[in-house]
Amino acid sequence: MNDPVLSIRNLSIDYIGATTDFHAVKNVSFDIGKGEFFGLAGESGCGKSTIAFAISRLHRPPALIRTGSQILLDGRDVLTLDDQALKQLRWREVAMVFQSAMNSLNPVLSIERQFYDVLKTHTGMSRLSARARAAELLKLVDIPADRLSAYPHQLSGGMRQRVVIAICLALNPKLLIMDEPTTALDVVVQREILERIHKLRQELGFSVLFITHDLALMVQVSDRIGIMLEGELVEVNDAQAIYRTPQHGYTRKLWASIPRLTGKPIAEVTP
Amino acid sequence: MTDTAPILALDNVSKVFNRGGSTVHAARAVSFALHPGRTLALVGESGSGKTTAARLIMREYRPDQGRLLFRGEPIEGSAVRDMKAYRSAVQMVFQDPFSSLNPVHTIRYHLERPMRLHQPSLKGAARDAAIAEVLTRVKLDPALILPKYPHELSGGQRQRISIARALAVNPEVIIADEPTSMLDVSVRLGILNLLNDMKRQLKLAVLYITHDIATARYVAEDIMVMYAGQIVEWGETESVLGNPQHPYTRLLLSAVPDPDRRFGDTRFSDELDRIDLIRRQSALEQPEVREIGPNHFIRPMPV
Ligand SMILES: Nc1ncnc2c1ncn2[C@@H]1O[C@H](COP(=O)(O)OP(=O)(O)OP(=O)(O)O)[C@@H](O)[C@H]1O
Ligand SMILES: Nc1ncnc2c1ncn2[C@@H]1O[C@H](COP(=O)(O)OP(=O)(O)OP(=O)(O)O)[C@@H](O)[C@H]1O
Ligand SMILES: [Mg+2]
Ligand SMILES: [Mg+2]
Repeated sequence: MNDPVLSIRNLSIDYIGATTDFHAVKNVSFDIGKGEFFGLAGESGCGKSTIAFAISRLHRPPALIRTGSQILLDGRDVLTLDDQALKQLRWREVAMVFQSAMNSLNPVLSIERQFYDVLKTHTGMSRLSARARAAELLKLVDIPADRLSAYPHQLSGGMRQRVVIAICLALNPKLLIMDEPTTALDVVVQREILERIHKLRQELGFSVLFITHDLALMVQVSDRIGIMLEGELVEVNDAQAIYRTPQHGYTRKLWASIPRLTGKPIAEVTP
Repeated sequence: MTDTAPILALDNVSKVFNRGGSTVHAARAVSFALHPGRTLALVGESGSGKTTAARLIMREYRPDQGRLLFRGEPIEGSAVRDMKAYRSAVQMVFQDPFSSLNPVHTIRYHLERPMRLHQPSLKGAARDAAIAEVLTRVKLDPALILPKYPHELSGGQRQRISIARALAVNPEVIIADEPTSMLDVSVRLGILNLLNDMKRQLKLAVLYITHDIATARYVAEDIMVMYAGQIVEWGETESVLGNPQHPYTRLLLSAVPDPDRRFGDTRFSDELDRIDLIRRQSALEQPEVREIGPNHFIRPMPV
């Protein structure tokens, strides 16, 4: 791939225990291109969130990234950055929408204030310009600017989720990581949000790392997909190939486990 | 609908929340019944009142209007002994595995506590065996999992703990609010099969709340579609999904992820214009009930 935005090389992450270490991520390597929408799927507990946290260096003990691992963002290894450089990295280069992010907004602060906090900390922006920028960002996610004065509990789950996404886009990151961003939402709202991200990344040119357990949705939105099993990346391919001609037995098993809306409730298992 | 008497029913229940100056109709004249050995699915918009219906059943909220019936009798004003029976017969699996487990306690504690409360006769080795059995049912290794704290588990592992916790007391009714939303597909299918087996073998009555309509089809004989506090369409699952008549049901079904249809396909922007209209109209009160076919009803949208 030419000039990937993200290049993960031999990433190994352990959770250090009192007696034994748990190998959560085992020697994983993959690239995400500029403007690419990359999906990461796999069993619960296979290490998806662990990778997502490591990319933004938000992992905490007992998680330990093994030596020899590399996470290159625009060619720079984030694992070697000092605190100052890390501050630059977060929000500006990588922004992350967490699993159950819609509960991550601060309940006692207005939406405007939450934008302001990010914009002021990272760009020193004045209150007034932050307000204008926040209004612009809300518009990107189809929320009228008059909701700036609202508090999180006054917005629906879908709106809160879109606010989190808008805050993530505030500093024009190169990579947006979304960990199960729409799991708690109905499919109409989910569809609206992902349509919006799909359009925005075409307009703004950022790349996306998208984590979900919904393979059908993943095929719909992703350019390429990686399938993880117990800490290992077992298959990476174009979304259509993952759907139509899955190579790994585990990928085939995943497809065979998905209930269908029409026809037979469950596809025949192809061993 | 069925030949068995319902074990639990909501009869014309309404619930309004006041927030600041505005009111939210979280339940508007909601009626439905749960039968032993059957699953009823509840799907719909986020914020339409699905969890509110569950919380009304769990008696965390009191209805403003209408009644909750247990074995045909109103639960309000029933004897303490009956309330206790109700509490252990009706168990809930919560939507958010992040907040439903207490961070300061181990998994062992989370499973032991309900057993102590509802099955005090079960002690020592017998209780340990029962705990191991429910964990094995949800495909977790008891030896590995029991000493852990909630933060040491992945999202899906936590969700399985909350299912195990509900099963631990041998309930008759399971209220499952998004019980598999964080599970990967292969584990999810295992949990859905487990719900199906329990329904058949233990004659459990299940209310299955979900955003994943294909899984509703897999587990539920009957389905209800909710929008803005109203059940807008309900009936036999195959009939409702195969021949949806309410505009919101149709919208919902058209947005179900489909690997054969890429995003960015312009068809959706037309639908988007209609989404706003359908949302506005579906939010109005829809008092009329129309029968579409045998065991299939809608509340027609006002035009
Ligand atoms: N703080 C921790 N201490 C010990 N083990 C941990 C810790 N956090 C996660 N793990 C383990 O690491 C593995 C990977 O967890 P991770 O959260 O990355 O999974 P995931 O793929 O995101 O799963 P899900 O789809 O359920 O969210 C799991 O088996 C989990 O039990
Ligand atoms: N305790 C409460 N106080 C005030 N408003 C509430 C309360 N509980 C629920 N609501 C409101 O009632 C409506 C229905 O909420 P509910 O949680 O039942 O929706 P839901 O269908 O479960 O949504 P989701 O699919 O997002 O979980 C929402 O507008 C919600 O904000
Ligand atoms: Mg995760
Ligand atoms: Mg809910």
